[in-house]
Amino acid sequence: MNKSLYTIAENVLIAPRTYRLVLVPLSFRAEPEGRSREICHGEFVDIAIPGFYLRRPLSICDREDGKLTVVYRVVGEGTKALAEMTAGTELDVLTGLGNGFDPESCREEALLVGGGLGVPPLYLLAKELKARGKKVTAVLGFNKAEEIILADEFRAVCDEVLVSTVDGSVGVKGFVTDAIAAANPTYDYFYTCGPMVMMKVVCQALDGPGEASLEERMGCGAGFCYGCSIQTKNGPRRVCKDGPVFKKEELLW
Amino acid sequence: MVKDLSVALCGLTLKNPVIPASGTFGFGLELADDMDINVLGGISLKGTTREARYGNPTPRIAECPGGMINSVGLQNPGIDVLVNEKVPSLRKVYDGCIIANISGFSLDEYRECCAKADACEGIDLIEVNISCPNVHNGGMAFGTSAESAAEVTRTVKAVCRKPVFIKLSPNVTDIVSIARACEDAGADGLTLVNTFLGMRIDIHRRKPVIANKMGGFSGRAIFPIALRMVYQVAHACRIPVMGCGGVASAADVIEMMMAGATAVQVGAENLRNPFACPEIIEELPVLMDGLNINTLQEIIGTV
Repeated sequence: MNKSLYTIAENVLIAPRTYRLVLVPLSFRAEPEGRSREICHGEFVDIAIPGFYLRRPLSICDREDGKLTVVYRVVGEGTKALAEMTAGTELDVLTGLGNGFDPESCREEALLVGGGLGVPPLYLLAKELKARGKKVTAVLGFNKAEEIILADEFRAVCDEVLVSTVDGSVGVKGFVTDAIAAANPTYDYFYTCGPMVMMKVVCQALDGPGEASLEERMGCGAGFCYGCSIQTKNGPRRVCKDGPVFKKEELLW
Repeated sequence: MVKDLSVALCGLTLKNPVIPASGTFGFGLELADDMDINVLGGISLKGTTREARYGNPTPRIAECPGGMINSVGLQNPGIDVLVNEKVPSLRKVYDGCIIANISGFSLDEYRECCAKADACEGIDLIEVNISCPNVHNGGMAFGTSAESAAEVTRTVKAVCRKPVFIKLSPNVTDIVSIARACEDAGADGLTLVNTFLGMRIDIHRRKPVIANKMGGFSGRAIFPIALRMVYQVAHACRIPVMGCGGVASAADVIEMMMAGATAVQVGAENLRNPFACPEIIEELPVLMDGLNINTLQEIIGTV
């Protein structure tokens, strides 16, 4: 974990109430501080927003030369304040948080299943899996056409991208599981991130092994306050530190 | 001039008075890879009970202006894991004051856990939590009357050779009478304050934010109330006080000490900034210089 200052390079609306935030380390180094390991797929940052007591944990969508991209939705006062911040603003950010996706679990073919704001954290994973020479199919689910995010970015990286919308305005009408049932993609391991109810259904519907990135209201974000513990088959686990990514078989839905 | 940050506490010498408060620093090792924990004067470990506890359902955290509510509910691996695994592991890498924080649901449980903590080589001091607002029929129930607070104190003192601090609840009418009762029952010191019972409601869902409905409010907003209670208790009792509640800066540490605290615990601030304690410790000598303070020991209770 590192605490360092980042500058907002970009904070733009990409869908209703949904923003892409690009952060650049204030004093540019490949990594903000020496102790840090490389920021990984499925990890998150914890951003201090002036005027709010606790930080806001946000999943990392992309990483390039120390630059971090986060996609977030305005859901409350804190994210509303974040959305009003302009390029050039400095932010106090904790990085190197969370236990992310494990790309080594996939042998040959990966299935990525994202829903809504669960789509962005899968992007860096998709790039990593492709860099390892895996075949990657992404299934991205949204409520309606205007809420679709990152579909073109995934198309540029993945072998196949399936889109579903609940209202049927784009792609398969229904949920991600309907799109999977229709296309029947081959895979030996799946990775999912999205609303809890979606991930539960995905984990039940898919026979193969996989892992899911969970969400929980957090305190410290770094594993020492035990504010985000969930009960699992292996006893209590902290979503912020032992997760947010957990193996399917460990989870009790 | 080199500043002396050390303080004497019940026969122990703390390299400085800054201690992460129980529940806001895990069992000490969680952050050992991220910072040099040896700069800390002490570490108060997460509240521990006889049996392992999962704690309360989530959400356990609610944000507030100037603070936060927590309702973790004493999630811990139990006293045996504490004394056999957690403390020995921490002792290997940490040379400061290790404080075991013990909670319970009965006098028997307090007695048994404190006896085990007392027998554990790595533990320097025992802090008895009679003020947890997040568990039913335990914790705070013992800390809200002078009689029951004294009874817990007598019970644990009978089985401990190490210094015993009683951690007091602020959710009382007269904290001084409870503090005096603990002192008369043999407490070696007092830690105050624990969190204030609080609540938030999600007005969209029309439900409490916290799954357990209520929780303990802490953070910067409680500092003036905590400071007032530390001042009152430190001036009414002869035993040392560890001041706790809303401490977020080196200036707050100095203020707590002037009010009468011998050591100062930093709680919720760690959750906003995991590096809060080392940053405060680094800032202290600079602030002392500006205030013409050479040794921290000399300012205790000077107001």
